Amino acid sequence: MTDTVPNSKTIKGRTGDWEIVMGLEIHAQVASKAKLFSGAAVGFGAGPNEQVSLVDAGFPGMLPTLNKHCVEQAVKTGLGLRAQINKRSQFDRKNYFYPDLPTGYQISQLYYPIVGEGVVEVEAEDGSFFNVGIERLHLEQDAGKLIHDLSPTESYVDLNRAGTALMEIVSRPDLRTPDEAVAYVKKIRTILIYLGTCDGDMEKGNLRADVNVSVCRAGNYDKFKQTGDFGYLGTRCEIKNVNSFRFISQAIQYEARRQIEILEDGGSITQETRLYDPTAGETRSMRSKEEAQDYRYFPDPDLLPLDLEEAWIAEIKASLPELPDDKRKRLMADYGLSQYDAIVLISEQAKADYFEAAAKGRDAKLVANWVTNEVSARLAADGKDFSENPLPAAHVAQLVELIETNVISSKIAKEVFDHVWNGEGSPAEVVEKHGLKQVTDTGAIEKAVDEIIAANPDKAAAVAEKPQALGWFVGQVMKATGGKANPAAVNDILKAKLGL
Amino acid sequence: MSDLTKLTLKGAVDGLKAKDFTSAEITQAFLTKIEAANPTLNAYVEVTADKAMDMARASDARIATGEGGVLEGAPLGIKDLFCTEGVQTTAGSNMLRGFVPPYESTVTANLWRDGAVMLGKLNMDEFAMGSSNETSAFGPVKNPWKSTGSNADLTPGGSSGGSASAVAADLCLAATASDTGGSIRQPAAFTGTVGIKPTYGRASRFGMVAFASSLDQAGPITKTVEDAALLLQSMCSFDAKDSTSLDIPTPDWTQSVGKSVKGLRIGVPREYVVDGMPAEIQSLWDQGVAWLKDAGCEIVEISLPHTKYALPTYYIVAPAEASSNLARYDGMRFGHRADQFSSLDDLYATSRAEGFGKEVQRRLTIGAYVLSAGFYDAYYVRALKVRRRIAEDFDNVWGQVDAILTPSTPSAAFALGDKQIDPLTMYLNDVFTVTTNLAGLPGISVPAGVDSGGLPLGLQVIGKALDEATVFQVGAALERAAGFTAKPGQWW
Repeated sequence: MTDTVPNSKTIKGRTGDWEIVMGLEIHAQVASKAKLFSGAAVGFGAGPNEQVSLVDAGFPGMLPTLNKHCVEQAVKTGLGLRAQINKRSQFDRKNYFYPDLPTGYQISQLYYPIVGEGVVEVEAEDGSFFNVGIERLHLEQDAGKLIHDLSPTESYVDLNRAGTALMEIVSRPDLRTPDEAVAYVKKIRTILIYLGTCDGDMEKGNLRADVNVSVCRAGNYDKFKQTGDFGYLGTRCEIKNVNSFRFISQAIQYEARRQIEILEDGGSITQETRLYDPTAGETRSMRSKEEAQDYRYFPDPDLLPLDLEEAWIAEIKASLPELPDDKRKRLMADYGLSQYDAIVLISEQAKADYFEAAAKGRDAKLVANWVTNEVSARLAADGKDFSENPLPAAHVAQLVELIETNVISSKIAKEVFDHVWNGEGSPAEVVEKHGLKQVTDTGAIEKAVDEIIAANPDKAAAVAEKPQALGWFVGQVMKATGGKANPAAVNDILKAKLGL
Repeated sequence: MSDLTKLTLKGAVDGLKAKDFTSAEITQAFLTKIEAANPTLNAYVEVTADKAMDMARASDARIATGEGGVLEGAPLGIKDLFCTEGVQTTAGSNMLRGFVPPYESTVTANLWRDGAVMLGKLNMDEFAMGSSNETSAFGPVKNPWKSTGSNADLTPGGSSGGSASAVAADLCLAATASDTGGSIRQPAAFTGTVGIKPTYGRASRFGMVAFASSLDQAGPITKTVEDAALLLQSMCSFDAKDSTSLDIPTPDWTQSVGKSVKGLRIGVPREYVVDGMPAEIQSLWDQGVAWLKDAGCEIVEISLPHTKYALPTYYIVAPAEASSNLARYDGMRFGHRADQFSSLDDLYATSRAEGFGKEVQRRLTIGAYVLSAGFYDAYYVRALKVRRRIAEDFDNVWGQVDAILTPSTPSAAFALGDKQIDPLTMYLNDVFTVTTNLAGLPGISVPAGVDSGGLPLGLQVIGKALDEATVFQVGAALERAAGFTAKPGQWW
């Protein structure tokens, strides 16, 4: 058995080094109140078959009519991916029989997708960046759902999801490690959420990925990149419908190991569709290429080619929110934040907004620390994200202001924060109420220092030899003043009194 | 009172408005006649007598108060391809036997809006696939016409055979029909009636059981050109529920009927002279040219060079679309479902084998084949290219001519059973009509003469896209010149 390391681009095998190559197809449900072609409602939690129109159910004489909002969402997403918007695209039928597909065909865009090539810049764990090419984005319908566990002898069909709009975002084979794949999906998810074109909810299946995995001998990927010749890459297997970051990583690691083992045993990889079973931690064959259906794609004669006007695209472009990459750069430039802080802040739009609301006129680095550490941790503990944050940004701003103006120390600030988080009022109110104001009155500090030196003559003597022991005195003074003494003042007075 | 069923649609609508008779009276007259004739002619698959009388009485109430639409109280037959709310809609197939749609097609909704009365649903080739009405799961329709000296039952044509037969036999004032490759015009020609297929996109396809989406168009079969104009303008409308529906106003085409054709340029395409065409068809065509010349038209010989590829193109495009359109008949949600099956695949296969007739199965097989991997480019993609060439042929001649005159069919009605053995011979029926479907153009068939056996023959007028007005104008001129008044003898 060979080992795969999530962030290594080469894998050692018994017979030499290997490389993994991946391309992803992300299926993102378009944020829309209505389906792609029927006008039926889209929503989570409705009873079975309660959100189904006669169009969705494929009744005779029913015809699809395109939902313009879904088109706008796809264009918006394309622009967000810095991709080519195709002014003319076309819907095609993918024909196959299955009970969750009432018309016997899925309306998709094979030949002329609405969005063409683009590039996404992805942050790796180590803070470096890598680019992933986007091949296309197309609109298509989702299918319904079969329910097998209601009866031992029958299966049921729920068509609520049938006809819901999906965007399929297809990447180039530019991903090289499980970590890269996960970082890429995270980045796409962030962009979609920023744009408001998909809620990114993976638990509900609103964002899921098909992962194409192949392995090749070390060095062959570079040759592929230089020549564009897919012959340098191995035969790929497609792992369908993986719906969590963890499973994406696990599935890739398992699949790469499986393929390398087959190849090292002298076998060959069969192109096939596989399914990841998270319980068993393995991928299993669904169907091979030979068994693959012939989908008999052809342009849907019920729908005209989709022509987009330049002015409309420009209007959508003008309405785009600030995208994560731009926000990251701006936070670094405007607030002097580190790349790391900026990346942490932009990972959630509401978090970045919260930061900016609190940082106005304050020490931005300090605000960033409070937002990314204390506030984030409290929210995480409550299972909330920043969009559900109960703490007003003004409180964080005030807290930082109190620290900056030496009203409280950083240490006391934590205590203040606890009270504020518990809803006891603004930081200033909490400081007032609990008497947490820093003691800057040198007289009071001197008194405490004198008492401690008097009580510990031996230590006072020793400190001349060993200046590190000063810390012990600082601690004693802080303890004596209830932590409210200004640490700088304590230091100065101690040094003077101890003759340091 | 004279026989109300012999009235034209226009005559009946005027008579109703003038209160010469009531809708209940004329509706009852038709129902009585249908009852007597239908066991023999088999034009109706379902007669909605109670509904018809209810609608008639409601119309009479509106007429009494001076209200009412342009078709108020007029009893019509509806091809069973149009979904009618609460009334079984089968498309002539066992697959949909018993299917009662909870919705109304836009075309029929427009008719009811204008006050029309529904007599029942008319027989047709299964899913509109056929040229003789013999593929219907409800048995063939008989043509009211018989050839002199022969008692052989003749086809009324197809797929709108029930519509044509019912109009010719006075079993309705007029009927809705649909045309994918000639399914309005060929039956009209075979039965001495008028049939027009409008420009693609004029009539909504919403609620019309689909055969081939890019070719299907609804249209009327009527007794006169004026009736066709009257009924077509009620059927047509922009419909947001059909993405291929044209968002343009529907003109008053009755204004075109009777207008002089003097100065119009009429194209005669040389490629429509086909091998083995009976001399009678050629002489009818010559006669039509002479009539229009006499009426002051300029006759221009034109060339539509890709005409010979139209039939093969049609028999790739139409089955391809059908193979996908008919995939929804899977036995899952409605329609026929096999009783016995061993697996999901078997359930599909058995339900469809039992539900679809042979001709439908043949076309679905052809359609699946031409779309399949490895054949798609050679057949479907190439057919689309040829289809564009055929449309360009027409585009190229519109500078020289205002309309085109051709025969409607290569022969008069043939005997039932005659061509069943050879589907290819049957497909040749569409040779003159199919080009307009491929190009999306309007085409009308007008009865213009009879063959040696006294059977009706039709001439076709093809117009520019959206120029139904000229089509009606020329069609009416032919109708006037031909003075076609022959009626079938009542042998049923």
